Amino acid sequence: MSTAPIIVSASPHVHSDRTSKKLMYDVVIALLPAFLVSLYIFGIGAFIVTAVAIISCIFFEYVIQKYLLKTDVTIGDGSALITGILLAFNLPSNLPIWMIIVGSLVAIGVAKSSFGGLGFNIFNPALVGRVFLLVSFPVQMTTWPTPLANRTIIVDAVSGATPLSIIKEGLLFGESMSDLSSKIPSYLDMFLGITGGSIGEMSVLALLMGGIYLILRRVISWHIPVMMLLSIGLVSGMFWLVNAEQYANPMIHLLSGGAVLGAFYMATDLVTSPMTKKGMIIFAIAIGIITVLIRIFGAYPEGVSFAIIIMNAFVPLINKYFKPRRFGAKVKSKIVT
Amino acid sequence: MLKTFPKGGIHPKENKITSSKTIQKMSIPKVVYVPIAQHIGVPAEIVVDRKDKVEIGQVIAKSGGYVSSNIHSPVAGTVTKLDKIVDSSGYKKQCIVIRTDQKNESNFENPDYPLKTEIELSKAEILDRVLDFGIVGLGGATFPSHVKLNVKEDNHIEFLLINGVECEPYLTADHRLMLEKADEIIVGIQILMHALHIPKAIIGIENNKKDAIKLLKKASAKDENISVAALQVKYPQGGEKQLIKAILKREVPKNGLPMDVGVIVHNVGTIFAIYEAVQYHKPLIERVVTVTGKKLTNPSNFWVKIGTPIKDLVEEVGGLPEGTRKLVNGGPMMGKAIKNTDIPVTKGTSGILIIPEDEATRGEPKNCIRCGECVYVCPMGLEPHLLMNLTEKGLYERVTNEDIMTCIECGSCSYVCPSHRPLLDYIRFGKSIVKKLETAKN
Repeated sequence: MSTAPIIVSASPHVHSDRTSKKLMYDVVIALLPAFLVSLYIFGIGAFIVTAVAIISCIFFEYVIQKYLLKTDVTIGDGSALITGILLAFNLPSNLPIWMIIVGSLVAIGVAKSSFGGLGFNIFNPALVGRVFLLVSFPVQMTTWPTPLANRTIIVDAVSGATPLSIIKEGLLFGESMSDLSSKIPSYLDMFLGITGGSIGEMSVLALLMGGIYLILRRVISWHIPVMMLLSIGLVSGMFWLVNAEQYANPMIHLLSGGAVLGAFYMATDLVTSPMTKKGMIIFAIAIGIITVLIRIFGAYPEGVSFAIIIMNAFVPLINKYFKPRRFGAKVKSKIVT
Repeated sequence: MLKTFPKGGIHPKENKITSSKTIQKMSIPKVVYVPIAQHIGVPAEIVVDRKDKVEIGQVIAKSGGYVSSNIHSPVAGTVTKLDKIVDSSGYKKQCIVIRTDQKNESNFENPDYPLKTEIELSKAEILDRVLDFGIVGLGGATFPSHVKLNVKEDNHIEFLLINGVECEPYLTADHRLMLEKADEIIVGIQILMHALHIPKAIIGIENNKKDAIKLLKKASAKDENISVAALQVKYPQGGEKQLIKAILKREVPKNGLPMDVGVIVHNVGTIFAIYEAVQYHKPLIERVVTVTGKKLTNPSNFWVKIGTPIKDLVEEVGGLPEGTRKLVNGGPMMGKAIKNTDIPVTKGTSGILIIPEDEATRGEPKNCIRCGECVYVCPMGLEPHLLMNLTEKGLYERVTNEDIMTCIECGSCSYVCPSHRPLLDYIRFGKSIVKKLETAKN
């Protein structure tokens, strides 16, 4: 007989082997292919930015929990790690290091810890950090190194604009889409990731691979990514059908500007997305619409980050109004005689 | 595609390690401890006294009301004590202690009745038999069966559903019973169909019991009104409402009963007990119990007399293994953890599960990451995370509006929560408070 006491606790007495930690590390695994592509395209810069973002996010989480809030330190749960990676993925690979650190502080300190930590934040922390940097340092945040050049050094020289910024500027200066078609990369280059842009938004292929992995591992469901991309495609397609010279076609919208990164990794953030499938669909469609509207009518060429943050704010409302259907609600006894 | 209920549900590891073990007859216990509250409802009233001699099947406690049940002596012997002992609820409950008379032959006869197919009793006699012979739901809820069978004439019952789902991991009591008593179960079904004029009966069995499906299909072939529905393996399909939805696609209304959709559901074990009561005058004094656990030397299924201390059963399977940290009366999803093995087997004991060290402790609860898993798996369409939150804050009016009372306590939410949050613990607490508040109001 064992001497250890018998435990009495309420049922259930078994538990699924899925833990939040495992979910978090699945996300990290899913992001690896995209990271490798960015290493190939931007070289050492991508590595440094990502490393700095991860380290500073975990560092701020640690310091805030240990010394400011004096609570348990939970840096091992993987959530700060993911915030770091996702923040880096939304930054140019030649961003000054101190800006990355500021972005991390905003992400962890303002967007996460001040709301109460993991699970209590309303907005996606990485996106808040990114948007903060974008509005504070617009120049540095919207200049990218040329893909596949200068991979061993960090460059100040700027040239590789994103397809969406090329289009935005071109249209402003009165060019038409057919004039611009030679300036933007081919669909294949965009799909593979050989284009200007932030570290993680490059390769649609790599992002899709990770996204499918997440869906297969049931970390995320298909509802948000599929509906969001569908919505971006349809809304941009409607503009394009009205005037193909003034509006970019849906392919360009889907393959650029972090649409895929946002759809699979940012909008699906468990904490800041709705909890029912119905809610997810509404949420994703709205993000798609807002993204396209910002891209076409807004001051910024890209709109995914803003669209997700805007919709994050509606999540509590969506959760309130799109509840699961209660079993047995609104059915009448139907005795067939 | 096999039938199943559409909303929610989980698929925990089945671990049906005793499914090939024939049900063995336990040796007669020296002493039995028979609690008077073995069923849902009012406890029975003791009608014997200390030093009384009792025979097998003699009524020792009489039904205490409409929702209550008679209790019979499982052995021939002498009442030694009327005592309070801790049962699986964790509370001390009134209980009749009987020392078995080792000389009384009736204790050792233990006959195996031959199959008897002719139904001789009338409708009223059958219903009286169920009432008098202490039949309660043996699926675990122990709801007195006569209450379920009390159907008003205008309440048209179209289907009798037989619950052979046994969706709890580990448990194989119903599975074995279906394999070993298939013909008797069919007769039991016919008895109920006859008594209540029910035109159709369907036996629901999950597809991890293919042998039972096959056997009961064969056994029911003679009666065109009885059929077998093979169901996809999904917990909690054995829940009454889920089973009705799975087989008939009918949804019992929120605060309604199966009768509201023309259905009565009974567990296979109950059906067998009714068969024995009606055909052979045998009250409910024994049942099938699965004694199981990964570390046991010889886990098995047993015919056990009600009132047998669990330690007798544990001895039968080779004693408690080294490092046992948890004992469960029932299955791992809905069973009750018990403190020691002195607790007796009651009418509701479908299994004893012995859990080793490494599976006995719960994970450390972490922050809710709002993943929504609890919402997806809830078979009742509730939002467990919200119910826990509101209960924690004491917002009982709001939890009532969020339908907390419709929770069937299947535990799927706690099972899946990746942050190991004790969702069901809070929901149970919330339910108990809401119930108290409602009684106070009335």
